Amino acid sequence: MSATHRVTKPLDERERAVWSVLENVMDPEIPVVSVVDLGIVRYAHWTSDRRLHVGLTPTYSGCPATDVIRRTVREALDAGGYADAVLEEVLSPPWTSEWLSEAGRRRLEAFGIAPPDKAVFNPRQLFRAPVVRCPRCRSDNTERVSEFGSTPCKAHYRCSSCLEPFDYFKCI
Amino acid sequence: MSAANAADEMKGQSLNAQLSNDARLRYVLRLGDTSLVLGQRLGEWVGHSPALEEDLGLANLALDLVGQARLLLSYAAEIEGKGRDEDALAFFRDAPQFTNLTLAEQPNGDFAQTLVRQFLLDAWQLEIYEGLASSSDTRLAAIAAKAVKETRYHFRFSSGWLIRLGDGTEESHRRAQNALEGIWRFTDELFVADEVDEQVAAAGIAPRLADLQPRWSAHIDEVLGGATLQRPASIPYPWHGKRGVHTEHLGHMLTEMQHLQRTYPGAQW
Repeated sequence: MSATHRVTKPLDERERAVWSVLENVMDPEIPVVSVVDLGIVRYAHWTSDRRLHVGLTPTYSGCPATDVIRRTVREALDAGGYADAVLEEVLSPPWTSEWLSEAGRRRLEAFGIAPPDKAVFNPRQLFRAPVVRCPRCRSDNTERVSEFGSTPCKAHYRCSSCLEPFDYFKCI
Repeated sequence: MSAANAADEMKGQSLNAQLSNDARLRYVLRLGDTSLVLGQRLGEWVGHSPALEEDLGLANLALDLVGQARLLLSYAAEIEGKGRDEDALAFFRDAPQFTNLTLAEQPNGDFAQTLVRQFLLDAWQLEIYEGLASSSDTRLAAIAAKAVKETRYHFRFSSGWLIRLGDGTEESHRRAQNALEGIWRFTDELFVADEVDEQVAAAGIAPRLADLQPRWSAHIDEVLGGATLQRPASIPYPWHGKRGVHTEHLGHMLTEMQHLQRTYPGAQW
């Protein structure tokens, strides 16, 4: 995970233990990446009330997986011995696909989902899609079928070389 | 400053805070209602779109809009402080208590009508959310900063379709132009500020509608040009959806949307 979006000071041992519990909580729709890989976990630390506070951010405002993720994180924390942990929803700054970890990007591609473009292109420019590499045959010769795919975070693509359809994790 | 003056000053300030809180509530409700009603309309397309990809596209837009509505209505319920929540606001208010823009409640019609309505409102929400991202109200700013990223996708989707329909076949052009003529009269409401809009703008909570109109207009013209569609003449007409005065369509839409919760109050999945 890159240091740009959460770590302000080095983690202590207690915090590292919490993160390793959370690293085992997988996304319900994309079971190869964890909530930590996705950048959904914003912080996990003890505050002055001596309780563990864990901040979660939704990917998209209406993502139906958000409730499931909150529940599975809760269960993982309970099972990990953090039953009195406080779960908090964090809206700001808004989630971005740039928070996806390098490991997460590799696992997405191996799973058959093209990881998001890193460059943020002009959001108002029409008909210009990023170059997306086919996760199966690695060809760049791909085309967008629809900006909206099977879940809010994915677009629907097709490879013009191997002709296979695939999902692209949208850059947002 | 004398003690009496200071007391007056404090009274004035608390009155101001009160006024702006009432305006804040009404403003947030309007935004939430517009997203909810538009999201519900798009949801009506599920299973009926011309192609599977568009079915998914409209459903995804609806999902984002309902998600934004949940954030906004939850916040409105907190400001109101009467123990209601997002569901109470969505399912247990009647049409006159809904304060969405009149344009959002217009029926889906054909695919062109849906996309034209979407395009006009996407362009509006884009300006509103971009402006709100620097709101003095940090909660609203956080919701807007999130929503604007989704709205950019919506705007690209609806603009792209408008161009394809307008610059497509004779039939698609005719339908898109008809749709535009049919609902253009509701766009006047988008930028006519009333006392709520003025108060939230003065308090730094929301952007001034008059400042947004030129940009909105430029985006509309740019896309309409690419779509070879004619912008209809402006028709000043006082639509009052945001004041709770609606066209007959909203009531019908709400009957369907609220049916389950009205029949079985508090029912959960």
